[in-house]
Amino acid sequence: MSQHPTTYVPKSAFGKWFESRLPIASLVHSSFIAFPVPRNLTYFWTFGAILVFMLVAQIVTGVFLAMYYTPNASMAFQSVEHIMRDVNYGWLLRYLHANGASMFFVAVYIHIFRNFYYGSYKAPREVLYILGVIIFILMMATAFMGYVLPWGQMSFWGATVITNLFSAIPVVGETIVSFLWGGYSVGNPTLNRFFSLHFLLPFMIFGVVILHVWALHVPGQNNPTGIPIKSGKDAVPFTPYATIKDIFAVVVFMIFFAWWVFYIPNYLGHADNYIPANPAVTPAHIVPEWYFLPFYAILRAIPDKLGGVIAMFSAILVWFLMPWLDTSKVRSTAYRPQYKFFFWVFVAVCVLLGWLGSKPAEGWYVIVSQIATAYYFIHFLVVLPLLGLFERPLPLPNSILESVMGVQKGGAGIPVGANAEPQSKG
Amino acid sequence: MAETTTHVAEPTRRDFLYIATGAAAAVGGATLVWPFVQSLAPDAATVAAGAPVEVDLTPIAEGQIVKVFWRGKLIFVRHRTADEIKAAEDVNVASLRDPQPDSARVKPDHAQWLIVYGNCTHLGCVPLGQQGEYHGWFCPCHGSVFDTSGRVRGGPAPINLPIPPYAFTSDTKIVIGQDEATA
Repeated sequence: MSQHPTTYVPKSAFGKWFESRLPIASLVHSSFIAFPVPRNLTYFWTFGAILVFMLVAQIVTGVFLAMYYTPNASMAFQSVEHIMRDVNYGWLLRYLHANGASMFFVAVYIHIFRNFYYGSYKAPREVLYILGVIIFILMMATAFMGYVLPWGQMSFWGATVITNLFSAIPVVGETIVSFLWGGYSVGNPTLNRFFSLHFLLPFMIFGVVILHVWALHVPGQNNPTGIPIKSGKDAVPFTPYATIKDIFAVVVFMIFFAWWVFYIPNYLGHADNYIPANPAVTPAHIVPEWYFLPFYAILRAIPDKLGGVIAMFSAILVWFLMPWLDTSKVRSTAYRPQYKFFFWVFVAVCVLLGWLGSKPAEGWYVIVSQIATAYYFIHFLVVLPLLGLFERPLPLPNSILESVMGVQKGGAGIPVGANAEPQSKG
Repeated sequence: MAETTTHVAEPTRRDFLYIATGAAAAVGGATLVWPFVQSLAPDAATVAAGAPVEVDLTPIAEGQIVKVFWRGKLIFVRHRTADEIKAAEDVNVASLRDPQPDSARVKPDHAQWLIVYGNCTHLGCVPLGQQGEYHGWFCPCHGSVFDTSGRVRGGPAPINLPIPPYAFTSDTKIVIGQDEATA
């Protein structure tokens, strides 16, 4: 951004008056209109915009649901049924919100694996990436607490199992758990505080998203080649190119979202959650929502309570170290032939862990879970550090332009050159 | 050091005031956290709801497990059969993960009554009675196995099902939440 100083000059008298008092128009102009975007971005780079849309959609539907929901253990289940049956379009609000959580995670996982594939986490984007991991952790906490609110059987027992993870902490574990519950078991105080935090956390996510976008605008976006923008010819202005592409991708994603909401709104849920919470009976087969399954599989793979909990939390915490664990200087996996193989093995292992998390913890499922868990950590702790030392990457293109247009002769006569000058636009 | 450098000034009264103010603010801020954290703990009503509960054992048939609640926590009251008692007593205690003889888990002369907390010590699910390898309990969530004394015999649970405080007030009545000494 520093190489591209804002050229925004307000035209109207009011614009000039306002700009000298709060320069927000020039901030928007330099960040979202004139901002140079690599010209070779694929649709994988539209998921940031899709995620912003999902966050806003969840906040809007959630604020309305909160108007009709009662966070009390004896009334919560009934109030959700009230939303479904009596509130005008309550069924739509609730299905949008419940499926919206899943869509949010679909988008965030694509966003995360795009980041892994193209090495977006590497210098100079480490802080940007770490903020993203923080957002993901906040998303998991928010989604978990939201799932507790309908106070069905899965809500209650999900809350019991997840809060009991903290009882694995030696000495102070039991005290921590009673402070989480506000009682001696999951109960009304637990539901009250989860509702409060479920309302708060999305706004904290929003705050971190602002930092995430800010951190993005310092080095600019990564791109499929992983090499930086070297000249104006490598870039296009954010508006209209990225703006229109993002809007189009959001609309396509909304169609996908709508298909779940209108055709199979309960497919991603569990039938047991339409049974009111009963602290005397645990459902026969208790599984978390699909987006937690890989981590749940890691938890169950370790036949020791504390060990399982440590492994599960480490599986996410190891992400924080990724910029330093990966020793390769080449960002994009497109130019790392050996890493490309390991990347897809890693993707397969994550999907396998997700599948195993949905299966009962018995027989050969446990053995496979243990192997997959071991590989998960090997990927981060062995493959990433070592491969960068031994791998011989493919030659990188000289510029983004060259990767798109092929090697050009001379600097003049590039037909699209004029369009590619961000400085000349807006 | 101080003699060799010319730009290090002597600490002044102002420096002391800065440090004292900063320290007071830090202590004050930390103190203010206390009531907020404490408000998360079980409140007075919840603690009061922990008053002892009386359980009449007469209707509980041999081999039956009854679920009761005390302080919002599930408790199993199990009327053990002679075979179940024998199975629990005939165990090599040293071989257990959480070694405890059966006699330490029941009251003297009341070996047929086993009173244990009803949440798995792994992650809190409710184990299913009369199931699993030892016909004690089996937890459907993550596969922990308990014997007829409520002791962990397999799976991820780290310890035995704990025994709540309780006392026999007569041969057919117990009070949960009250120790023998105060009964």
